[in-house]
Amino acid sequence: MTTEEVKKARQAASGIRKRVLAHTLINNGGYLSQACSSADALAALYTSIMKLGPVPEPIVPKPFPGVPGPLNKDYFTGGDFNGAHLPQYDRFILSPAHYALALYACLIETGRMDETGLDYFNRDGSSVEMIGSEHSPGMEVTNGSLGQALSQAAGIALARKLKKEAGRVFVFLSDGELQIGQTWEAFQFMSHWKLDNMIIYVDVNGYQCDGKMENVMNIEPAGSRLEAFGARVFRARGNDFEELAAPAGLAPDTRPTVILSYSCPYEGIELMKQNAPKFHYMRFKNEEEKKSYTELLRTWKS
Amino acid sequence: MEILSRVHARNLTEWAKDNPQVLVMSADLTSSTEIDIFRGAYPSRFISCGIAEQNMLSAAAGLAREGFIPFIHTFAVFIYRRAFDQLAMSIAYSNLPVKLFGFLPGITTPGGATHQATDDIALVRALPNMTIFEPGDATEIESILGPVMDVDGPVYIRMLRGDVPRLFDKKDPFKKGVNRVLSRGSDLTVISSGLCSEEAIKAVKALKAKGLSIAHFHVSTLKPFNPKDILDSIASSKHGAITMENHTVMGGLGSIVADAMAGAGSGKKLYKLGLQDKFGHGASKGYLMREYGFDAMALVLKAEEITGAKFGITGEDLKTVKIEIMHGDIKAEDL
Repeated sequence: MTTEEVKKARQAASGIRKRVLAHTLINNGGYLSQACSSADALAALYTSIMKLGPVPEPIVPKPFPGVPGPLNKDYFTGGDFNGAHLPQYDRFILSPAHYALALYACLIETGRMDETGLDYFNRDGSSVEMIGSEHSPGMEVTNGSLGQALSQAAGIALARKLKKEAGRVFVFLSDGELQIGQTWEAFQFMSHWKLDNMIIYVDVNGYQCDGKMENVMNIEPAGSRLEAFGARVFRARGNDFEELAAPAGLAPDTRPTVILSYSCPYEGIELMKQNAPKFHYMRFKNEEEKKSYTELLRTWKS
Repeated sequence: MEILSRVHARNLTEWAKDNPQVLVMSADLTSSTEIDIFRGAYPSRFISCGIAEQNMLSAAAGLAREGFIPFIHTFAVFIYRRAFDQLAMSIAYSNLPVKLFGFLPGITTPGGATHQATDDIALVRALPNMTIFEPGDATEIESILGPVMDVDGPVYIRMLRGDVPRLFDKKDPFKKGVNRVLSRGSDLTVISSGLCSEEAIKAVKALKAKGLSIAHFHVSTLKPFNPKDILDSIASSKHGAITMENHTVMGGLGSIVADAMAGAGSGKKLYKLGLQDKFGHGASKGYLMREYGFDAMALVLKAEEITGAKFGITGEDLKTVKIEIMHGDIKAEDL
């Protein structure tokens, strides 16, 4: 990444955290920690790492079109926000749909979603769902059931290999998904079929719904486990744009590439540190606490 | 009666020639699910997934999104029991054109409860967007792939393998939503599916020879079920209806017919032959059909019970029943 690119990514990351904080305050709760730990990686992906098709102007999310089915001709996926599906362009698959709010904020910061998009968040009849689905902005596979999106992305990557397309398939994974059996089936499949057109970013923030992962169910050493399954693994600091971006620039070598982004669940919002070990969903305990976050937002330095 | 061997194996390979978007996916059961000839003919269209069905189903969804038509082949239990969440969320929810060939329906294997798909229809039927086909003979296996492709969405095919009889005329191919009328009559309506249809044909023939007037339908599209002709027949049947299925009576063909009868306000009685809320176990097909009460003799006994008549039909009688090729959609005047 050039200095200019790092600057741009840093600005977008700050914007993601700020928007999600603002939204959490308005809604009196939200998936704030996910935005803190992933904002830098998402910003780096969208501003510099991925080659997505352009979006001519920020898209205003359409209303929920009804569930998919043979009679629903109006159904759409949120893939439009990631640009056209053309052979030369990359794809982006968000696996943990609980990161939806962070992704929506990222789409706004990178000019892909209209600023008003978040007004539809978690509203009845809206496609901007709280735990996103395939019709939600930036998403295009069924991703809420953890562990399934990686396999679906592997299917897409295999299809792109068969069609000899140059574009790659990026997947954003959460560390908790390394506890799921299907994830390891998917890595086994990806290395067997030499899907080196796949680049997987894992947000290793070390926490899950019940608390600290090493107490709930340890996944470490994640890197050597993934290497044993045939992946090309890199460890990056979750707030270091250059470390996050560098592996994606390497020439493919038959192995799927994994970047373990060791992140902090309260990166950029130190106030939240006191919530440890419960970061999954931010709820303000009292007015005083809410006030301190309101003050943080008011004095936000990007 | 003609018995054919490995019908799907040859048919799929031949048919696939003109359907290049079709990929076959296997979970380490390639010859057991009759896709070994396909693998030999089209190695680049054969996706080996290993014993990892959850990934196989979700990956199939990804391939389908990119324009391929994945044909998943494995034992049925590993599709709907092992990977039900993936079937529901990766495939059915999104209405993707993934075609799932589930082998070893009901008690067709001595592999025991772990291998016997005795509750697949009940579970798969509950998923929106799913279509369910169950072929009953070689003719239907040979002609099912076109209709499978014509469905805009996922299809679950309850597939037969190995030696399969030809019950239906080659000129009467499988048609989606068309029930085969194998007999018309006014005492009783019999509705059968899958391999039970062969048993039912034998019993119906023996009972008709004894003077009972029986209507017999073979159902091979279980979802969406087309009830029209069957309901009309039940309405005019003196003793109501008997369903006969290689599946638990909870949620399968019997329940499908019951739903339709209740919806139509039918006042007739329904008797369901099949597994009576029980798991299977490891034994031969004939033994298990007898034990669980859905072979030809079970139908004869049920007919006796509900009509109050004694027909004196023996197991020997049923063994010697000669099955001629059945013509589907027979007209009343032909009978």
